[in-house]
Amino acid sequence: MIGAGEPAPEFTLRDQDGKKVSLSDLRGKRVLLVFYPLDFSPVCSDQLSIYQEVKPEIEAKGVQMVGISVDSGFAHKAFQEKLGIDTPLLADFEPKGEVARAYGAYIEQVGHANRSLVLVDPKGTVEWVHESPTPLEIPGANLIFDALNAVA
Amino acid sequence: MIVYADLGCPHCASAWVEISRREATIVFRHFPVASKHPRSPALHAAAEAAGAQAHFFEMVDSLYADRGHVDDPHLWKRVEELGLDLDRFEADRRSDSVAARLRRDFVSGIRAGVTGTPAIFG
Repeated sequence: MIGAGEPAPEFTLRDQDGKKVSLSDLRGKRVLLVFYPLDFSPVCSDQLSIYQEVKPEIEAKGVQMVGISVDSGFAHKAFQEKLGIDTPLLADFEPKGEVARAYGAYIEQVGHANRSLVLVDPKGTVEWVHESPTPLEIPGANLIFDALNAVA
Repeated sequence: MIVYADLGCPHCASAWVEISRREATIVFRHFPVASKHPRSPALHAAAEAAGAQAHFFEMVDSLYADRGHVDDPHLWKRVEELGLDLDRFEADRRSDSVAARLRRDFVSGIRAGVTGTPAIFG
């Protein structure tokens, strides 16, 4: 897993609407990358629903939150609609898991990312990371706020 | 026992049968996850409004016991059955203070690391 102080690897991925999103497009504000295993899996659904509830507070701290998984943009769109969330979801679809690999969040044996959070500062440097012990464990949103309080 | 629960959550409804039998003092904290259960915020507000007339847990019990009837007319029927003042209930459930209470509980759950409901701290 990538560590604090390292440059955040640049990427360009398509979101749920097919729009290309690059990390460098988001430069100037903090970005929270939420790597998660798979759309529609029960644990991911709970995680993104909870994060959606505190999205206003996260954004109030000047942070743009994006989800990233190996699913396609079409699956992301359906997943967003199912959950009733508007957090942008990026498709790390082809080459599969390339961005997750670049951040050290990919689990080769299972073919998807571990549940990992990466906070990138406005200049593109990793400020904080959290990797779940297993993909089944949801990082509480309290960890995000603790991290933001620590770096602010 | 502190319970973070979502009044729209089926797992909470089944757990509530067991929780409400306990001898322990139960502190109910609102944890409505609106994106999962769109009706939840309204149900939590209704429970608070019933609580303002000293019938909080009666409303919670009733909402969990009959999850198929949670639209406004069903809430009004419950208000009538519990003998509450409907005008006051309607005003209270839409009040800023009730909204603030729900948000305070929710944020406290987030701070405590709650990631799903029911979450119980014994």
